[in-house]
Amino acid sequence: MSFIEYQNDIKDGDTAIVFLGHDSMFPIKVQHGSQTQTKYGVIRHSTDLIGKKFGSKVTCSKGGWVYILHPTPELWTANLPHRTQILYSTDIAMITMMLELRPGSVVCESGTGSASLSHAIIRTIAPTGHLYTVEFHQQRALKAVEEFRDHKVDHLVTVKNQDVCKHGFGVTGIADAVFLDIPSPWEAITHAKSALKMEGGRICSFSPCIEQAQRTCQAMEENGFTEIDTLEILLRVFDIRTVNMQIPDLGKGEEDTSAAECDENRKPQECAKKQFELQGTVAFKTAVSLKSMSGHTGYLTFATKSLF
Amino acid sequence: MASLNSIQKSSHVGVINEGDYVMLKKGDVYKAVQVLKRRKIIFEKQWFYLDNAIGEHYGSKFEVASGGGLRSIKETTEDTSADVKAAGADNRNIVDDGKSQKLTRDDIEALKEKGLKGEVKIDMMVENTDTTFRISRPISRDSFIKKSSKKYETTVTLLRPTARLLALMYIDREPSKICHLRYDTLAQMLTLGNIHAGSKVIVMETCAGLVLGAVMERMGGFGSVIHVYPSGGPVRAATDSFGFPSSFYNGLYGLPVCKIKPLLSGTFFAKSSINSEPEAVALVAEENDNAVDKKNHCEQEEEGQLNTASTTDDSRTAGEEEERMEVVSEDPEKQESKEKSRKKCDDNAQERRRRQEDKMQKQLEAANLLRDRNADGLIIACRFHPCQLLLSLVEFLAPSRPFVVYCLYKEPLLECYTMLRERGGVVSLRVSETWLRHYQVLPNRTHPKPIMSGGGGYLLTGTTVAMNSVKLAADASDSLKNEEPACKKQKTEDS
Repeated sequence: MSFIEYQNDIKDGDTAIVFLGHDSMFPIKVQHGSQTQTKYGVIRHSTDLIGKKFGSKVTCSKGGWVYILHPTPELWTANLPHRTQILYSTDIAMITMMLELRPGSVVCESGTGSASLSHAIIRTIAPTGHLYTVEFHQQRALKAVEEFRDHKVDHLVTVKNQDVCKHGFGVTGIADAVFLDIPSPWEAITHAKSALKMEGGRICSFSPCIEQAQRTCQAMEENGFTEIDTLEILLRVFDIRTVNMQIPDLGKGEEDTSAAECDENRKPQECAKKQFELQGTVAFKTAVSLKSMSGHTGYLTFATKSLF
Repeated sequence: MASLNSIQKSSHVGVINEGDYVMLKKGDVYKAVQVLKRRKIIFEKQWFYLDNAIGEHYGSKFEVASGGGLRSIKETTEDTSADVKAAGADNRNIVDDGKSQKLTRDDIEALKEKGLKGEVKIDMMVENTDTTFRISRPISRDSFIKKSSKKYETTVTLLRPTARLLALMYIDREPSKICHLRYDTLAQMLTLGNIHAGSKVIVMETCAGLVLGAVMERMGGFGSVIHVYPSGGPVRAATDSFGFPSSFYNGLYGLPVCKIKPLLSGTFFAKSSINSEPEAVALVAEENDNAVDKKNHCEQEEEGQLNTASTTDDSRTAGEEEERMEVVSEDPEKQESKEKSRKKCDDNAQERRRRQEDKMQKQLEAANLLRDRNADGLIIACRFHPCQLLLSLVEFLAPSRPFVVYCLYKEPLLECYTMLRERGGVVSLRVSETWLRHYQVLPNRTHPKPIMSGGGGYLLTGTTVAMNSVKLAADASDSLKNEEPACKKQKTEDS
C-alpha cells in the first residue's frame, strides 16, 4: 500500500482501514504477529490480513466480520489521530481545486497540524511534485515526519520546524501554491509571496473567524495579490429512508362513488384492497437532512499572485 | 529533486505560443480560445486579434487598441480611488432628480469613440457627478467607481487554462452543457474519487469533456482514463480547451456505452474480431466509389464526411476538421483546381480510415483495460439516468475503490442507493450536496454575497468491497487452511 498508489494485496507494514460498518472505522498498522481488537473479536494480522486483498471481508474471532480498506487521504482524514483541529474533505476538495494542484505542483503549507490536508496534497502532486510544510510545534512536526515515513510518502514532503510568520517557508520562488492554516495568516503573507514562483501562483488561507479573514484580505491586497475571493463551503449529508405517512380519515362521502367506479373495472377485490391501503398510509423513499450538521468550519480566502 | 523542479519549471514558465489554448479574462468573465494568427476574437463586446500575445508570458495583461491589436501592459495600474476628499455621512440630502450626471449619453459615447482609456472615462464621470458624488458616503463612492470600472475596463488578461477556470467559465456561460455541475461539486468528485496520478479511472460524462479534462489534469499524464461516451460519440470541447500535451492523450481511451453490456457478458471480444473486418472493407469500397466517379462532388462529399464524422467519429476530430474548413474558406488563395481538391478528398478519406482504425484499436485497448475488472475509480456525470450505468460500470472496479455519481436531481440517486444496497459489494454509501457561499470582505462592509447558487447537484459516493458470493468461497478455503479453528480456540482462551 501507499497513499499515492493503489495496491491489491495487504502487506506487512501497510496502513489499512478497518471498516466495522456504518461510519465506524479505524486505521491500523499491519504487522506480522500483531493483533487488533474489535467489537467482533480479534483480527490476527499474519493470518487474517497479510496476503489478503484490500476490500475483502475478514472474519473476526467472535464470528463477526469487518472489511479491510485500502487507505486514501479521505479515509485517513476521517480516522486519523487528532493532534489539532483538522481540515475535512469538503474543504480539502475545494482547496485542492482552487489552488490548481496537480501532479508536479510545488506547494507550501503551514501549519502541518495533524497532516490531514498534507496527505491530500501529497496524493494530488505525486509523483513529481513536492510539499514543503512548516509546523512550529516540535512534537507535531516530528509526529508528522513519522507518519509520512510510515505511509511511504516521505520522499514527496519536507517538514520544517519553524515559525512561518517569522521565518517563512524556508524556500523562495519555487511554489505554485501556498496554503495557510495558522492563527494570524496576515503575518505570513509576505513570506507566502516570496515562496511563490516569480511568474505567480495561487494562495489560500483558512480561518474560522471573519476578523481573521478580513485582516488576511487586507494583507493580500497590500501585497499585490489579485482575484481575492472569500468563500465558505458546507456539506449537507442525507439519510436515505422509506417514510410512511398516515392518511387522515376525512369521513365517508366521495369514497362510496369511487368504490363503485372500481367495481365496474372487474377486479373488485384488488381494488378494495388498494383503497384500504390508501386509507392507511403512503410509503415513499426520501432523502432526509441530518438533524445536526457541521454549519461552519472556516472561511477560505483564495487569491492569485500575478506575473506583474 | 532539483532536476524534477527544473523540468517542472521549464514546462510551467513558458510563453504563449501559436496554437496554444488560453483563457481570456476580463473582470470575472472568462472565455477559452485557441491562439491563432489573424483570427478575430469577440469577447465581452470587444473584438481583437491575439497575434500580439504570441511570445508574451502567461498572466500578461493587454489593452485592446483600436483596430483589434493588443497592447501589453506591464505595470499594475494604481488605485483610482486613492484620495477620499470631503464625504457625507448619510443619504438624507440625496435626491434622485436624474440630473446628477452632468455628462450626457452622447458625451459618454463621444468619449468612447475617442478611444480613451477606461480609467480616464471614469474619472471624468466622477468629476461630472459633482453634487451627489461629493455628498455620498465613501462606501457608495467606492461602489460607484467599482461599478463603472467594471463597465469600462478594457484590459484582457491571458491565462493558462485550468480545471478551476474552465469550471468557473462553463457554469457561468453554458451551465446546461455541463449538466449544471458547479465547480465545488466537481472539486468534491475529484477528491472523493481519489483521482491521482497512476490510477486507472473510468469516466462516464456528458459534460462537454469538462469532467474528463479535470480528471486528466489530476492524473498529469500518468495512468489511464477510460472515457465511456454515449453512442453518438464523445463531446470533448472542454477537454481540448485544457490544452493538454499530446502525451496526455496516450492514456485516454474511448468506449461507447453500448459496448458495456457486451463487455460484461464477455461477448465483446468475440464480436469485435468479426465485426471490425467488414467495416474496414466497407470503408475501402466507399472510398473507391469516391475516387472513381464524383470528382465534382468532392466538396459535397467532404461535407457529408464531416457530418458522419461529427456523429460517429469523436467530436475532437470533427472539431479539427471544422477548424480546417474554416481556415481554408478564409484563405484568399483557396481558389484551387478541382484536381487539388480531389486529392484532398482522397487524403481525407484515407485520414478518416486511419482514424477509424485508430479508434477501433483504442476501443479494443480500453476493453482490455476493463477486462480484468480492476479499475481504480469511477466517475459518472451525465445527462442519462445513472442507475443502470452505475450498476454496470461498478462491476469493473477492483475492491476497495471509490466511486462518485453526480446527478442534478436527488431522486435518481436515491434509486441508485437502494439498488446498490440490494446488490451489495459496496460500503460507505452517502448522498450529499455542497452549498457554496461567497463573501464580500471589505473594511466595515463584510457580509455574505446576497446571491448564492441554488443548487449544484447531488453526489452519491461509496467504496467497493469484495462481493459476498466470492467471499463465501474464499471463506471456505480459509477454513480448510485450519487457521480459522485455531483462531477460535485462542479467542476462548482470551475470554
